Amino acid sequence: MRLLREMYYILLDFLQSMGACWLFLLRILRCIPGALLRWRIIWQQIYSVGAMSLVLIMMSGLFVGMVLGLQGFNTLSKFAATTALGTLVALSLLRELGPVVTALLFSGRAGTALTSEIGLMRATEQIAGMEMMAVDPIRRIVVPRFLAGAISVPLLTMIFSAVGLLGGYLVGVSLMGVDPGAFWSQMRTNVDLWDDVINGLIKSVVFGGACSLLAVYEGYYSHPTAEGVSRATTRTVVNSALAVLVLDYLLTALMFHGV
Amino acid sequence: MYGNQESSHMTQTNNENVVEISGLKYRVGDKVIFDRLNINIPRGKITAIMGPSGTGKTTLLRIMTGQVLPDRGRVFVDGKNVRRLDTDELYDLRKEMGFLFQNGALFTDSSVYENVAFPLREHTRLPETLISHVVLMKLQAVGLRGAAGMMPAELSGGMARRVALARAIVMDPKIIFYDEPFVGLDPISMGVIVRLIRELNDSLGLTSIIVSHDVDEVNSVSDQSYLISNGKVVAYGTPEQLEHNKSAWVRQFMKGLADGPVPFHYPAPDYAEQLFGGERF
Repeated sequence: MRLLREMYYILLDFLQSMGACWLFLLRILRCIPGALLRWRIIWQQIYSVGAMSLVLIMMSGLFVGMVLGLQGFNTLSKFAATTALGTLVALSLLRELGPVVTALLFSGRAGTALTSEIGLMRATEQIAGMEMMAVDPIRRIVVPRFLAGAISVPLLTMIFSAVGLLGGYLVGVSLMGVDPGAFWSQMRTNVDLWDDVINGLIKSVVFGGACSLLAVYEGYYSHPTAEGVSRATTRTVVNSALAVLVLDYLLTALMFHGV
Repeated sequence: MYGNQESSHMTQTNNENVVEISGLKYRVGDKVIFDRLNINIPRGKITAIMGPSGTGKTTLLRIMTGQVLPDRGRVFVDGKNVRRLDTDELYDLRKEMGFLFQNGALFTDSSVYENVAFPLREHTRLPETLISHVVLMKLQAVGLRGAAGMMPAELSGGMARRVALARAIVMDPKIIFYDEPFVGLDPISMGVIVRLIRELNDSLGLTSIIVSHDVDEVNSVSDQSYLISNGKVVAYGTPEQLEHNKSAWVRQFMKGLADGPVPFHYPAPDYAEQLFGGERF
């Protein structure tokens, strides 16, 4: 009985958080037209959350691509189908690994930074100060960071996938001896612009929006204490990872008819 | 609860008072913060609100500025009913206010210059040259023109508060709120802040409202003071009147005496019983 009651409260808490998060998104969406006029602030944030994540994304993309090349070669060689390595690496990256891993890395690197930055601004009364100066903190602080995240994740995903393909090529062709012509031609034949590339990009846009929303939401509503900011930062990573994986399944089912 | 008169944001208030609060009630959980509190703050004067820590002085400032909504009561600031304003109207009213936070609340990622320029950039379309002139004038007024290029992390506590003061007056407000402006300052910085509060109030024609428990500094600068305790006003008057007040509570507070109506100990169970009663905390 007690277990049921606790589960009921957890469910209630979850639904309340979801509702609050949706309302927060509506407030953000209402402020976007005004915030777009201040493109310089958005540009600064894209530099901060996007450009500063480039090294991490490129290094991760390279090694994920290399692992895919190695694993793919070992598996395909059992069926004498190593020429399909380019297709395997490209489809894995474009459809799944690119959007998902980029979003997870983004939430770990930039999402946590957004949460702690906004949380500390609340703890040090910078947000209250802004409100007292008759400046809406949602428009001035939250929206530029949300937009920067939502714009950066698809761009980072494209870079991740491109570098990953290069990693797969390096291992498959340079180390394992797969024919380079076969690697590229198989990839070009079997990868579809709409089904694979665009769908992957749509995923990254959704993931970018979700991760950025969760990051700014947790920061904005964090308790104004050191512990509160720390908990909010942890929640950002955990909730973003769960959201990305759940959304990935839903989008995959929707896009690739695999329910 | 509200009559027709209060349905409008503007109402019949005494024009001599910039803030009028009556019948204010506010509680947090079971704790009563204000119980039918009445306060009037005259225009153009420096008014202090004093009281022991935890009496809700800062909360009172937040109620006046619309950051906190009280449970009941009338709160009029510059003739407007703060409780009935929507966000846009509240922001319009706040453009007439300056607020000095206890820790300054400076933007840590912006320089002193950018901090002071912030309200101008947000609310005006002034050319950069004019913004520069206004910012430097305000920094000159607080004696920190030379620190314009510094970052908040490089400032001392007193300097940070003076920068915050420059930012609070950059839009030429009618009313300025000071939340514990003397806390944690060395004697020189404290003297500088006291002088600035008086000079800015008189030269800019402001109304200043100071929340503090630093009796000597407040008495040296304020025209009148309210003493609040247990959610009510316990005394009101000029510094001289409060100094000569006969109330034991007022005397204890004004002279900083350990013994008096305010107990040293926070309410607790019996000491011996708690120590030797076998129950662990």
